[in-house]
Amino acid sequence: MVENNVNVYKRKPPWVVILKRFLANKMGVVGTVLIVCLVIVALFAPLLEPYSYKEQNIEISNEPPSLSHIMGTDDFGRDLLSRTIRGARISFVVGVLSVLISVVIGVVIGSIAGFYGGMIDLVLTTIADLTWSMPAILIALLLVAIIGAGLESVVIAIGLSYWAQYARLVRGQILSLKSAVFIEATKSLGASDFVILFKHLLPNSLSPVIVAATIGIGNAIVLEATLGFLGMGAQPPTPSWGAMMSNGTAYLFISPWMIIFPGLAMMITVLGFNLFGDALIDIMDVKNKESI
Amino acid sequence: MPILEVNDLHVEFIVDKKKIRPLERVSLEMNSGEVLGMVGETGSGKSLTAHAIMGLTSLVGGEIGGSVTFEGKDLLVLSEKEMQSIRGSQIAFIPQNPMTSLDPVYRVGDQIVEGLCKQVKIGKQQAKQQVIDLMGKLRIPKAKQVFQQYPHQLSGGLKQRIVIAMGLCAHPKILIADEPTTALDVTVQAQIMLLFKEMTMARNISLFLITHDLGVIAQVCDKVAVMYAGNMVEFGRIGEVFSSPRHPYTKALLQCIPRIGMEKGSLAAISGNVPSVDTYPSGCRYHPRCSRADSLCKKTIPTLLKIEGDSRVACHHYLDNKD
Repeated sequence: MVENNVNVYKRKPPWVVILKRFLANKMGVVGTVLIVCLVIVALFAPLLEPYSYKEQNIEISNEPPSLSHIMGTDDFGRDLLSRTIRGARISFVVGVLSVLISVVIGVVIGSIAGFYGGMIDLVLTTIADLTWSMPAILIALLLVAIIGAGLESVVIAIGLSYWAQYARLVRGQILSLKSAVFIEATKSLGASDFVILFKHLLPNSLSPVIVAATIGIGNAIVLEATLGFLGMGAQPPTPSWGAMMSNGTAYLFISPWMIIFPGLAMMITVLGFNLFGDALIDIMDVKNKESI
Repeated sequence: MPILEVNDLHVEFIVDKKKIRPLERVSLEMNSGEVLGMVGETGSGKSLTAHAIMGLTSLVGGEIGGSVTFEGKDLLVLSEKEMQSIRGSQIAFIPQNPMTSLDPVYRVGDQIVEGLCKQVKIGKQQAKQQVIDLMGKLRIPKAKQVFQQYPHQLSGGLKQRIVIAMGLCAHPKILIADEPTTALDVTVQAQIMLLFKEMTMARNISLFLITHDLGVIAQVCDKVAVMYAGNMVEFGRIGEVFSSPRHPYTKALLQCIPRIGMEKGSLAAISGNVPSVDTYPSGCRYHPRCSRADSLCKKTIPTLLKIEGDSRVACHHYLDNKD
């Protein structure tokens, strides 16, 4: 009987399996909690801030942490907790947007290079390698110097500094998938290059990109802070964590909390994205786990 | 007029600046509704023949020569765009391994619908219904549920049926199936072969079946082409080839099939090995293993001679039947 050698799965809904697999990775859960906290803080920043982030009060400048100012105050007497909360917004927006830019550029260039090969591949790969061989901070600095300081230019600069890694990732994926039997099968049904590339090759090569992008958000946040530290990022009074720390270096021995708290915030955020990214690797790797 | 005519087909690759020809001297014709089988050992050029016909060989500096005539058109000179309109709707291809022939990120039903919609202008809902009907005809149980599943949720036999459905959905005139049952259990193999035969006969599709199983050939084919080391050595009607093989290789191949009632330990084998592309011997490629070989075979390449009707053989000594 045909019916007997065929098993139609009674399956659990996919999200149950994903959730189960995700919860198995404790560090991933920690990462997720950290990211969720960051998102909430960033979204509701105006409601969470106990004071205005830009209100200055010279009388209480450089005050150590106390009950009224949990993280202390900076050299202008601004509440550091409020500024760190507002800084989460900047970091999150810059991190997500700039990675989005890198991913779009990288995926388009990488897939074209991998799919068409030959001269096109050579040219695109060389450009990507050149970008990748320069420190991202240098490219970003150069770009910010050209388009001028400010939050938008920081986003664009970081986006343009990190695309090469996604391009290389996608190119490798496409190269190895190109010769897969199912691509040959699709071709033999008369599919055009466009359909093969965008409908079959790309969706199959995205999971490592998603993982890399998650970890990339952490990197982008660090790069934003670096640019802010160098005075090329968001302009005062916008409280970017990097700018806050840069500001704090002058008072390192008088009021170290000016560096410690934004630094801690950034460390926790980046740690959250990295842990979450590592957990994603496990989820997306369908091959050696119970399938969805 | 035959629906597909292959004439003196060869494929040439350039590897390390050296030209190699893994496929040479292949000529065959198949008529509408016929089932043609191609047998040969691994590396004998069966799959390459199929790929060359479909225009799926990726050549880097190589060339495909000869002619592949489909309904009067030479497929080898068509542009990639023109080939895209032929693939699927005119000539469909079922690749070797059903386990990897399906895109893992799409539901299997949608993949069949995609093939159908590419060739026939119909609405999504209508296409879906047609596909479910077709899946039912291929005896896929609970077709509606299977339609919604991903490839990794299906068994090998089911996947093979899905792949067959993909090949059949756009009503091609020729279906090329590259070892469609090799990856399956013997019990499922028989089922699938029967399905194949039924579906192609009902739709008047010519089937080009590649296999290394002579039993399958004997069961379902009208004609058979025997490949050896990148050459076609014999071609003819199934009855003729099986009852009176002309080429010594075909003869040896047929003797290798074990029969029930045979004495234990008397299994025949062809001595020696199949040469690989870079070690093809001079003259007839089969001569080092052939019992009839003489000095002529060592020096001169035998041509694929047309004898009596459709039959072809590539052997200097096909007339003497001394062994």
